[in-house]
Amino acid sequence: MAGYQNIFTQIQVRGPAEQGVPIDEGMYRRSKAGGFSHLFGWLGNAQIGPIYLGWYGVASIVCGLVAIEIIGLNMWASVGWDPVQFVRQLFWLALEPPPPSYGLSLPPLGEGGWWLLAGFFLTASILLWWWRTYTRAIALGMGTHVAWAFAAAIWLYLVLGFIRPILMGSWGEAVPFGIFPHLDWTAAFSIRYGNLFYNPFHALSIVFLYGSTLLFAMHGATILAVSRLGGDREIDQIIDRGTASERAGLFWRWTMGFNATMESIHRWAWWFAVLTPLTGGIGILLTGTVVDNWYLWAVKHSFAPVYPQLWPEVVDPALSAGGM
Amino acid sequence: MSTLTYSIPPFVKVSGTLFVLFLGVVTVLAIPRNTEDVQNGPSGTGMAQIFNEAELRAQLAAVDIPPEPWPRSEDYEGLPTAGEVYENVQVLGHLPAEHFDRLMAAITEWVSPEEGCAYCHNLESDNPFAGDDLYTKIVSRRMIQMTMTINSAWDEHVAPSGVTCYTCHAGQAVPANIWFENPLVERPTRMIGDLAQQNQPAVAAAYASLPMDPFTPFLVEDNEIRVYSATALPSGNRTSIKQAEWTYSLMMHMSDSLGVNCTYCHNTQAFESWEQSPPARVTAWHGIRMVRELNNAYLIPLGPEYPAHRLGPLGDAPKANCATCHQGVYQPLWGADVLADYPSLSGPAPGPYGEAETAQATSQ
Repeated sequence: MAGYQNIFTQIQVRGPAEQGVPIDEGMYRRSKAGGFSHLFGWLGNAQIGPIYLGWYGVASIVCGLVAIEIIGLNMWASVGWDPVQFVRQLFWLALEPPPPSYGLSLPPLGEGGWWLLAGFFLTASILLWWWRTYTRAIALGMGTHVAWAFAAAIWLYLVLGFIRPILMGSWGEAVPFGIFPHLDWTAAFSIRYGNLFYNPFHALSIVFLYGSTLLFAMHGATILAVSRLGGDREIDQIIDRGTASERAGLFWRWTMGFNATMESIHRWAWWFAVLTPLTGGIGILLTGTVVDNWYLWAVKHSFAPVYPQLWPEVVDPALSAGGM
Repeated sequence: MSTLTYSIPPFVKVSGTLFVLFLGVVTVLAIPRNTEDVQNGPSGTGMAQIFNEAELRAQLAAVDIPPEPWPRSEDYEGLPTAGEVYENVQVLGHLPAEHFDRLMAAITEWVSPEEGCAYCHNLESDNPFAGDDLYTKIVSRRMIQMTMTINSAWDEHVAPSGVTCYTCHAGQAVPANIWFENPLVERPTRMIGDLAQQNQPAVAAAYASLPMDPFTPFLVEDNEIRVYSATALPSGNRTSIKQAEWTYSLMMHMSDSLGVNCTYCHNTQAFESWEQSPPARVTAWHGIRMVRELNNAYLIPLGPEYPAHRLGPLGDAPKANCATCHQGVYQPLWGADVLADYPSLSGPAPGPYGEAETAQATSQ
């Protein structure tokens, strides 16, 4: 017997495809709704389309493909066009930024020039896609919350690959494109600048990141738990509080003495998510430009305790040996 | 509420149960087994070493130091020296001949137990022991001098156990852990596909995507290893993140070669702080300089002596790094006092190169 339950999507309600509200379509006509997918219906709405790509969408996809091609072909060339090695070593391969000796000048293609080109096209692709999220929201008469949340992520991306390298005067400061290489870069970044965990903006970013997952889990669980009482109509219940809202609120007051409202929980979640890259980007931007050793900075400002010398006999041998 | 009922379809129950069981099995399999963590610093500092029991047992079982060939005689006053008894003894001529014979027998067990004396001495020639016709003899003479230099000039790194040929050779003619310069991958053109000497599985750096060859810049050349700033605010340190990756690669090599975590030498809250570092870091600091000296003064200059099949793909001589002696253990051979039975190897190295060398080494 089929019945409503809310951990797995079991029932898919099907009606005629929803074409959406009429909008000013510009020179690109909106495509017709493509139909339904039972598989997609397990995860979300079973309806596929209509898709609006437009000039900006097309340009964004083209730029994105160019960037991925540049990165992928460089990786493939770096193993001598060997397809087996390309797959085998894919997680290790990278497109590296130019050596620091080039500063901010234009390096030869083979020594970081491709990195600059890939970065340009990837950035263009991301910014064009951002413009889509902005204009499509306006076209639907929505707020632009999604666009600004995306912009927060773009801020962190630009700080890492563009703004901070320019302030440091070297493209070589930027992140390589590659799976393991960008992780090794991250660890090296922390080592070079005296432990990023002592960077208070890094700490804030972690708070917001973990806080986002916590809020997401709390909110998702609450709504699912009261959906049998009408809690799935949470937006209605912002202004017309029903028993689902009452019970969910009481549950949290019972367990932690305080509850968010049906509206404010979304504000909490949005700000936590947006502040994660915003604070993280500030932390990266300050590193090397304003602060050179976060551990020493933290000790200086009583953010980290001064530890006693743990092994009194240990002295930097370079001091007695006359240099490194 | 009674009208609202849940019914979970059987396929969800079955697949859900199987999935949860699968996660359980994966979790159990992922639990590290036979590991032991040993605190190596004050409580609250997070200083601990993680060891794998099975690995430790295998490493301990692999230590098989050959017994001394025969007891060393203490009564050698007035006996002839090796220089008097044999021809062409350039380094060890001052030893009593009997001690010299004993050392030669021990070296055979350490380095070429299967090939025997013939590995270095051409037994078919008219004068098998005096002649220098095999490259192996030239190399081993230089290696004896190197061993004496290590034992006499690098106390800060090797005392008190010292080293013998067995420390690196472990019964093999060519030590298991030597390194050569790395040939870069063949690229069709310099226009595309620059890996910047990293971004491949780096054996030297425990398979990270860090620089492939941290040895040439730090264990042959004398490049700056330290990357951090000694001041909180910028004060002119232009070291790049890329340079930090080279240092990181060297440190991964050290960690891997010694079978230890970063915390063996560093308090990881502030890698750079000597005030918070264990004494092992000082030992390691001298070790880096020792290996650099050995590569430059002994191993690289031997290049022309070797036949082609002993050289690296780029034609360079075999060289040493931390793994050459340590072989995965923080104290080679678990700190066995290998030198006690062979004081003749404790140096300083005499002989044709000896005096200049000793002066150079002791100035370090």
